Amino acid sequence: MSKRVLLIEDEPNIIEAIRFILSRDGWIVETHSDGATAVAAVGKKRPDIVILDVMLPGKSGFDILRELRCDADHANLPILMLTARGQKKDRDMAQAAGVSAFMTKPFSNSDMLDAVNALVSEQRVDLTVADAPRDE
Amino acid sequence: MLSFNLLVLACLSYALFLFAVAFWAEKRAERGQLGWLRSPVIYTLSLSIYCTAWTFYGAVGYAARSGIEFATIYMGPTMVMIGWWWILRKLVRIGRTQRITSVADLISSRYGKSTTLGVLVTVLAVVGTTPYIALQLQSVALSFAVFGVANPGGLVEPDLNHTALWVAAGLVLFTILFGTRNLDANERHHGVVTAIALEAVVKFLGLVGVGIFVVWGIGDGVGDMLARIDASPVSKVNIDGTRFITLTILSGAAFLTLPRMFQVLVVENAEERHLFTAGWAFPLYLFGMSLFVIPIAVVGLDVLPATSNPDMFVLTLPLKYDQQGLATISFLGGFSSATSMVIVAAIALSTMVSNHIVMPIWLSFRKDGATVSGDVRSVVLLSRRLSIAGVLALGYFYFRLSGGSEALAAIGMISFTGIAQVLPAMLGGIFWRGATRTGAIAGILVGFAVWAYTMFLPSFGEAAGYSADLLAHGPWGVNLLRPQALFGVIGVDPVVHAVVWSLALNTGVFLLGSLVSFPRPVERLQGAQFVNVFEHTGSTRSWAQGTAEAEDLLVMAQRIIGASEAQTLFHVEAEAQGKQGYLPDATPQFLERLERELAGSVGAATAHAMLGQIAGGIVVSVEDLMAVADETAQMLEHSSQLELQSEELARTARKLREANEKLTELSIQKDAFLSQISHELRTPMTSIRAFSEILRDGGQSNEPMDPTSLTRFSGIIHDEARRLTRLLDDLLDLSVLENGQVSLNWSRTNLHDVIERALDTTAQGLEGQDLGIERNAISEHIAIETDTDRLAQVFINLIANARKYCDADVPVLRITARRLVNDHIQIDFVDNGSGIPKHKQNMIFEKFSRLTDQAKAGGAGLGLAICREIVANLGGSISYLPGQGGAAFRIDVPRVHHKGR
Repeated sequence: MSKRVLLIEDEPNIIEAIRFILSRDGWIVETHSDGATAVAAVGKKRPDIVILDVMLPGKSGFDILRELRCDADHANLPILMLTARGQKKDRDMAQAAGVSAFMTKPFSNSDMLDAVNALVSEQRVDLTVADAPRDE
Repeated sequence: MLSFNLLVLACLSYALFLFAVAFWAEKRAERGQLGWLRSPVIYTLSLSIYCTAWTFYGAVGYAARSGIEFATIYMGPTMVMIGWWWILRKLVRIGRTQRITSVADLISSRYGKSTTLGVLVTVLAVVGTTPYIALQLQSVALSFAVFGVANPGGLVEPDLNHTALWVAAGLVLFTILFGTRNLDANERHHGVVTAIALEAVVKFLGLVGVGIFVVWGIGDGVGDMLARIDASPVSKVNIDGTRFITLTILSGAAFLTLPRMFQVLVVENAEERHLFTAGWAFPLYLFGMSLFVIPIAVVGLDVLPATSNPDMFVLTLPLKYDQQGLATISFLGGFSSATSMVIVAAIALSTMVSNHIVMPIWLSFRKDGATVSGDVRSVVLLSRRLSIAGVLALGYFYFRLSGGSEALAAIGMISFTGIAQVLPAMLGGIFWRGATRTGAIAGILVGFAVWAYTMFLPSFGEAAGYSADLLAHGPWGVNLLRPQALFGVIGVDPVVHAVVWSLALNTGVFLLGSLVSFPRPVERLQGAQFVNVFEHTGSTRSWAQGTAEAEDLLVMAQRIIGASEAQTLFHVEAEAQGKQGYLPDATPQFLERLERELAGSVGAATAHAMLGQIAGGIVVSVEDLMAVADETAQMLEHSSQLELQSEELARTARKLREANEKLTELSIQKDAFLSQISHELRTPMTSIRAFSEILRDGGQSNEPMDPTSLTRFSGIIHDEARRLTRLLDDLLDLSVLENGQVSLNWSRTNLHDVIERALDTTAQGLEGQDLGIERNAISEHIAIETDTDRLAQVFINLIANARKYCDADVPVLRITARRLVNDHIQIDFVDNGSGIPKHKQNMIFEKFSRLTDQAKAGGAGLGLAICREIVANLGGSISYLPGQGGAAFRIDVPRVHHKGR
């Protein structure tokens, strides 16, 4: 079964680029462009991974991240954050808020693909590790 | 014999000439080239409206009936003028500092900005002036009749009533045209004043001309004239000493309190020093006017038939000797006297009626505050115009009612006594701190009632129920209440009786009422301001700090004193406070000043009430009261020094605070600027990189990409590359503009073409909603020397912004252009959306200060920053104009380029 990714981003061209890259790799890509309703959208669509932009209309990416992490349902959800500002301050802030991975625009397509795949398999590995003692 | 038609023609051309002179003076005033039109001479001549038709025609009649007694009418004002420093200077100073608009306003303002007193004095003034206006209409009508009787069968039937009606209508027209051009009563009526100064000369020439003709033409020079006077019954008339003194005092009082005299003396006074000249020149004028009265009366009685009306000797004497030219000049003199009085009286009364009766009523219907929409100016102007017509209509009806038969002097006395009832409250108000509102109201009411009972109503005779029986035995047979022998005082001249009783009771009640009542705080403050007007320079400090929003105040002020005037006032104040833009802090001092400005338009009481609706109630602190209660010169001086210092400190502090706020904002913005630049550059680069990699990989892989996607992706790369270029262009443009290295292509063009071009350009863009444009193409035709491309760029930006951000259901952008006196051009772009919130207004011209989210804006937020730099490079300024309803930008650029700046 295909994995599902929710892309929260408001620049139409960037949305189209990421959709193309990921769907070529077999992902189902859903998108959401409004910051204010982003948390609700995550709850409804229950994606395997979220790609989150920082500068969004309505609510900042950092606020969305914090709210998601506060919710037990999404505490372990892989979240990849994208920013066009690229300052260290932003990276630190994202880490403090519990981001899974952080990426600066512009990115290379293969990096993006690798990062998304790695985040999902990491989680699977985590689950495997958690199950392992019973098996062994 | 002079043809009656010719006379009508002369009269009409004279009236036309007056219109032309008034119009010419207004034009000069508009261009700021008043020059000698605001000289002491004009001021002195304008005072001559004291000499109405009553003095022109009536004085001779008066002298023929009562001898030298007529001189009292001139002696009163002469005494007042010679002693001007005592009362007049104080009145003028108070009038100027408090921006007083009328007698009613003076009294109302002094007694705690009381609406009741305003209404009371207004009613008194209207009632008291009505007979006087009737008198003028009557004298003009009579003078026409003199010519008409001598020449029956003329084109115009010399019907008294018709003549009076036509004259009244003409006066209404003139007064409305030149008396209600400006709303602000303190902005002087230059046209009217110039016209009445001219009329003053005409009536002087008329009377002196007839006098010279009588002495040297009919008589044989001075010696012969003196002999004739000795032989005449005129010198045999016994002079009643009491009556003489009473009348002198009465005319002095009237000189101060007559609404029209107050208008020219105080309201139209351009400079206080003009009083110096008027102090000796006006008595001289009066002397000239009175010099030949006795000779004319004597000769008139001598040579004219006993049936002829002595009031018309000035006309009938030259006519008898067939001196047509002299008769015409004399006629025009009388016409001048009548018209100038009526015009000024109507202006003064209409100001009172609109400010003290119409405005309070209008305001009470709008409890929701003075900031709601609707034009106050048009309400005030309309009410003034209607009042002018109303006042003249009243005068006309009085003329019809009183039968038009009474001697002119008698009507004049009634009017004088009525309006003199204001005197105790006026003098008490400016010299006695203890005078109170209660005392003033009671005094005026009592005086008014006594006057009406003993003098005004009897003038209607039977029509008002004053039968011979009532006069002889009093109402219901109560002897004590006989109208002309009040409280059993018998054998006194009716005029003296009425004057003494009304003024004595008035003063007594005023004093008593003031002593037993306690003044309210505002009254105390105003009392101190009026009585100590020469010592006080500070403000009454009656408003509390910070309760009013400057923007609300601006909205209200714009509707009362006019948009550009209000904006200038606020701008100047903001600058004095060390702030930029149009919104000063609503400090108590500023509220004080604003109230005075508004008072100049709508009167003190109304201005106070309107401001009160916005700024909250009046706040008078204990310190204020103590300062008022026992201030010594020392304390005042000391505190005014402190005040200066603290004002200076407050100004510096305000400057510092604003600089600091701005610096903090700027430093945050500098940080933000870098991250913004980064964001603005990286966003398009992200798409470019992603799609170029996709295309590259597609080329290398085995299955080639379909042509549609290929075109689409390369199109995105192209668009984003262009977006990047545009951003870099803007940044470079801005940097060049900011460093002043830009080279401008100065050329002459028509502003209209530039706006047209900007509208064409923006009409093509599909971005944003449909935007209605409202403009006045004719006013845009202004030749301007500028960089056409750059100016158009600014316009395009503002229009595009309105398209994008105006959130009205039916967005409309209003573009107005006007040429200023300093040879600048002002162009306003005002939309009908919700505008820009106050806290953002300061920052919108900064870089990247986009108010909404980026997807909606679609730009980098550099537009207004570039606009500001362009306009600055063109030698002008762009600012946000608050209080216009929507977002409003004002561009101010010089019309002509000055090299080397």
